[in-house]
Formats: sequence, structure tokens, C-alpha cells
Amino acid sequence: MVQKTVKKQNVLIKGTKSGLTFILNDQCSFDSLLSELQEKLSERPRSVSNDSDFVRVKLVTGKRYLERNQIESLEKTLSDYIHAVIDHIDSDVLTKKEAEELRKNQEVNRLLKVVRSGQVVEVVGDLLLLGDVNPGGTVKATGNIYVMGKLQGIAHAGSDGDMNAVICASLMFPSQLRIGDVIRRPPEMDDNVPQEMECAFVNDKGDMEVDSIQKLVQYRPDVSSILEN
Amino acid sequence: MGEAIVVTSGKGGVGKTTTTANVGTALALSGKRVCLVDTDIGLRNLDVVMGLENRIIYDLVDVVEGRCRLSQALVTDKRFECLTLLPAAQTKDKTAIEPEQMKPLINELKQDYDYVLIDCPAGIEQGFKNAVSGADKAIVITTPEVSSVRDADRIIGLLEKEDIAPPNLIINRIRPHMSKNGDALDIEEVVTILAIELLGIVADADDVIRASNRGEPIAMDPKNKASIAYRNIARRICGETVPLLNLEDNSGVFNKMKKFLGIRG
Repeated sequence: MVQKTVKKQNVLIKGTKSGLTFILNDQCSFDSLLSELQEKLSERPRSVSNDSDFVRVKLVTGKRYLERNQIESLEKTLSDYIHAVIDHIDSDVLTKKEAEELRKNQEVNRLLKVVRSGQVVEVVGDLLLLGDVNPGGTVKATGNIYVMGKLQGIAHAGSDGDMNAVICASLMFPSQLRIGDVIRRPPEMDDNVPQEMECAFVNDKGDMEVDSIQKLVQYRPDVSSILEN
Repeated sequence: MGEAIVVTSGKGGVGKTTTTANVGTALALSGKRVCLVDTDIGLRNLDVVMGLENRIIYDLVDVVEGRCRLSQALVTDKRFECLTLLPAAQTKDKTAIEPEQMKPLINELKQDYDYVLIDCPAGIEQGFKNAVSGADKAIVITTPEVSSVRDADRIIGLLEKEDIAPPNLIINRIRPHMSKNGDALDIEEVVTILAIELLGIVADADDVIRASNRGEPIAMDPKNKASIAYRNIARRICGETVPLLNLEDNSGVFNKMKKFLGIRG
């Protein structure tokens, strides 16, 4: 036992309520990491292996960037030895491409125009439109859509499937609203005149709701940026 | 060097040809040199509205295909020496010419005329592309109907992609009593949706149709309200500031009385 603690451990296993956490050393080679993992896992009793449900595992990889095939071999090792699946990988590093994608997805694209019939505006991230969407026009964003004008056409927020996206408009007269894969169109005989400043979101039952913009803070507090002080 | 203005609408039957004929006539009235170009190949009408049908010898396609010189195809108007028409071919269709062939032709006309008015066919296909290709400016015609406004919106979107100044709007065939009752869109609603500069408004009138059928543009009649509207549009094209016409019919005795007493109708 004394000998083992002297040698720096490449793999640390911690048990938590939600499952196991593997803290992987980010300085050693991947091969030594994998062999040590296999060694450690083989020491463990294989009591859970016949169980039908999987053990959920979280990997903490520090500053090591894991390639796709490396993740696959880790996955295979874990499922072979202890019947576990990787639930989440917590890494301190990103590739430039991933970082760029992340930045784009968080970007608010400002656009100054009238989206006219037949025109389709598609953006990655949020869309802030300073102008109208006329009937027959379409705006699409992977994130949220904010229309500072009259929305009369189609708005599709969360076009990549983000159900938490919202659509806000100064004047909400849409021909159709879509969030993720939920589609809503106004009722045929709508006598309710829309209020100014409304927002649409998908509630926890999976239905789309339209409410005044002041209510948004209750449903989607995440839309807000966190300001200093 | 003149200016080439395309008159377009997307939807058919809203009054592109009538507007081209009348604005052209009104411009000629004020002494401008004007050439009207009909690009509606296969469905030409501008010559009929102008009453010049039986003077046509060559047409637009003949010029493009080199069967005649440009000057040979131009038909001079009955009424004005300074107004000419380049007619479209009636036997071919829109694919008979290409945008690349229209450009030099319009440029050549711009050398000799103050205004070249291009009458665009309905639709957004080849014919539209041909008509737009040589133009410096565009006039979009709409009526106060939802379908017509929708198509005008589409056309404005397509014009944005062209190398052309932001288009101006003419609202044609307005029926004041219907707008007043809320049965048709009113001028303000149309302008709000389309969000472009308003060049003029023309009321729907039987006289306009009658005049077109006779081959005598209504703009020749100095007293007619539609004629005044077209003349005002021509003046605005020339850079003058002219207030919009009041389309309400104020001719009744009761209205005159109200006007006299200063009561607003």
C-alpha cells in the first residue's frame, strides 16, 4: 500500500451520489492512462456487471484534449470492465473550431432590414432584427429571436432543436411560430388583439405559450446576460 | 444622359402598363424626351394603350437579334414628337432575350432620352430579370389588396438584390370608400408594410379604363383626377415636391357646405 501512494496516480476514482467521477491526469501519455485505468478497474469487484442499468460516469480530463477515438477506447474500457457509460466529460480545453462554434452560438446577430415575402434570414446564434418580418418572410436562428418591429411572417427559434429558445417581438402578429420542433399558428378566429411586446416559449408540457415580455424572467431567466456588479 | 426607370409589380393586372403609358405621357407633356420600352414579350399591351399598334414595323427582339437598328424600331407617338415607344415582340416569349442584351440597349436609349420607362411583365422570372437589368431606378405598383401588396413586397425583396436605387411606390386603383369602411387596406397600411418611399396614389376610375381602350392615355385630359395624379407623379419624378391628392369625393353640395364652414369630412 505504501508503495502505491508514492507513485503518482494517473487515475483517481471518486464515488458520488450521481455516479462515479474519474479524475484523469492530464500530463501522462494516453496509453499509460488507459492501462492504469484498465488495471484499476480489474481490481474492482464486478458486482454491477450483470445489472441491467448502467453506471453513470463523469470524466474530469483537466487540460488534456481527448480525440474522438480516445473517447471511444475509454468508453469501451469502461463498459467492458464495470458496465459503465460516460455521462459527461468535464474538460478545461476546447479546439479552436469548437470554441468558434460556441462563440457563434452565443453571438447576437444584429440585422437592420425588412424581411420581405419570400426572403429567408438564417443565423447561427441569436437574431436581433431591427425591422419588420412581413407576411411570407421567414427568420430562423439556432438561438433566440428578437424582433424590434412587427412580426407577421414565420419565426423559427432554436432551429437546431433548442427547446429553450424564445421568440420576442414588439408586435406579435405571426403567421407561424416555431421553437425547436414545436409549431404553433394563431387560431383562425382570433379576436384577441395582441399586446405590445410579447414573447413565445415552450412550457414544460411541451406546448408553446405566448405571454407578455415581462413574464419571460419567470420562464427563461437564462436569456439574460450576467452583468458585473 | 437620362434615367432608366422600370415599372414593376409582381402581380398582374394592377396597372403597370397603364401607369407606364400615363406617366410617360405626363413627362412628355412637360417637355421631357421620353422612351417607353415594352418588355412584355409575347403579351405586349403598351402599344395598344398608347394607340400605336398599327405603326409598329420592328420590335425589341428584332433589335436584339440585329434585324434592324434601334432607331428603326422606335415608334413616335401620335401626340408628342418627344415621346417614343420601343414595342415588344408578340410572336416570341420572354426567353427570346437575355438581361445581358437589355443592358446595352437601355444604355443606348439613355443617351438620347431624359427618361426611359421600362414596362415590366408580371411575374418574377426571365421577363422580370430582363426588365430590371438595365434600370437605374424602380417604381413598384400595387393596389390596396392584400395579395397585390404581398407580391409587391416580394418584388421589393428581389429588387434589393439588384444594382438599383431603393424603389418608389405607386398605389393604384384606390377606392376611397372601401378603405374608409375598412374593406380594403388604406394608404398608410400599405406604406407601413412595404416600407418604401411613396411616389403617388391613383384612384380607381372608369375613365382610365375607357381611355386605355381608346388608345388615348388619360393623362391627356387636364381635368380628370387620375390624370392629375399621373401628372403629379411625373412632377415628383422630375424632383418637384407635390402634395398627395385628396381622393375623397368632395363634390356634393353638402360637402361643399361643410368645407365652407370649415368642418372636416
